[in-house]
Amino acid sequence: MNQIAIDVRRKCFRTAGGDQPRVALQDLRLSGRAGEFVCLFGPSGCGKTTVLNIVAGLDADFDGKVDLPTAEGRTTPVIGYVFQDPRLLPWRTVEENIRLAIDDAAAANGRIGSLLSAMGLDSHRHAFPGQLSLGLARRVALARAFVVEPDLLLMDEPFASLDAPTAERLRRLLIEIWSLRPTTVLFVTHDLREAIHLADRIVFLSAGPAHVIADIPIDLPRPRRGDAEVDAIRAQLLTDHGPELTQILTS
Amino acid sequence: MPVPDRALEDRHRTLFTLASITALFALWYLAAMLAGSRLLPTPMAVIEVLVEEIEHGEMLFHLGVTLARVAAAFLIAMVIGTVIGILMGRLTRFNLFFDSWLILLLNIPALVTIILAYVWFGLIEAAAIGAVAINKIPTVVVVVREGARALEPGYLEMATIYRFGRTRTLRHVVLPQLYPFLVAAARSGLALIWKIVLVVELLGRSSGVGFQLQVYFQLFDVTRILAYTLAFVAIMQIIEFGMMQPLERRVSRWRP
Repeated sequence: MNQIAIDVRRKCFRTAGGDQPRVALQDLRLSGRAGEFVCLFGPSGCGKTTVLNIVAGLDADFDGKVDLPTAEGRTTPVIGYVFQDPRLLPWRTVEENIRLAIDDAAAANGRIGSLLSAMGLDSHRHAFPGQLSLGLARRVALARAFVVEPDLLLMDEPFASLDAPTAERLRRLLIEIWSLRPTTVLFVTHDLREAIHLADRIVFLSAGPAHVIADIPIDLPRPRRGDAEVDAIRAQLLTDHGPELTQILTS
Repeated sequence: MPVPDRALEDRHRTLFTLASITALFALWYLAAMLAGSRLLPTPMAVIEVLVEEIEHGEMLFHLGVTLARVAAAFLIAMVIGTVIGILMGRLTRFNLFFDSWLILLLNIPALVTIILAYVWFGLIEAAAIGAVAINKIPTVVVVVREGARALEPGYLEMATIYRFGRTRTLRHVVLPQLYPFLVAAARSGLALIWKIVLVVELLGRSSGVGFQLQVYFQLFDVTRILAYTLAFVAIMQIIEFGMMQPLERRVSRWRP
């Protein structure tokens, strides 16, 4: 499996007024090894979601180039995308939502079943998304992203607006399931503790137009249970990269 | 304070409906007695004729023929209207080009379409059903286009990422979002279509409720005209309660 390489020279959004287009990304370059968990950390509104949409191929209107990891035997990379909102089809049950993501769903029955159990969704498989709590709905969105056995997993603040214990539980679950089949991950967050908790590497993005201001490996063995270690690394980062980080954290 | 009782409320509602229908028939009866003319028969006389027609007459045959025409025109209008509506809602250029055609069609009186269809294609079944469908298609297009414009982009992005392809996207992402619009179009469509079908039958067919109404009009047989009307209204209500409402419940069963 090859690595991921993103090189966006420029990405603009035309404004409604028709005057100056707004530059969202400028000279944003980053890469990741196969199976690496990369967190994109930056201020709100800096264009993190835009980066994911470009990588996902949802937004082709940019100047630059994106190379994605592709497993052997696949012609195009398979992507799992966990959006900021769970984006489950409300008129389909939990199981149908997951099943729909796979082409040959009949052959994947076993995979769907074990994933539902692993995510604690067994008793909800016939529920409609509207009947689920946000935490459960986010689990279903995770399950859908994993069930396709992606070459690349994109996650856009997938644990936002959850209470702290639920978010913590889901982070553990994510690492557990990801460890079974390590996949290249781009994980967007504006929570530094979350980034330290999850990432092999944290890429710091500037305020818009976004570019990479620091790229820091996190050498902390998994599973990372201790808040103490996370806090220690956070303190260390704040001393080493004070100016850049304050810029992000205070925005 | 007493808790409002659902069952009691429902019973109240039924009582009110019953009272209202009874009052209507009472008024009708009163008017018929006052008029004392065969041009305004009593409800009993109409119901008597209705029963007799169902038992011995041709009413069931004509009702069946009209219903078949309604069904055919309805299906054609819904399918074609939905396809065009989705295209116009999703493709800006397509919409720009055909918008003026749509406005023209929306404003052509039903009678003109019917006359032209008969003149150009002859007094045949296809012309009759086609004319009715053409009257209905534009209104289906307008409603479905509204729905297609309002499709949630987030779901479409999700469908792109997970490679749903055309069929799966249409079936699981697009159509479910259009169901409320399709149900609305179907409801208003049925009401419009059965009225136009009667006109088509009156002008150029030798069977169906519309044709019968014309015959009884020439005979000044108001009793039979009212009997046919009652029968048809009853059938349309049965379709509404027996088909439309269960269908609506089914497509919205996911709503919490």
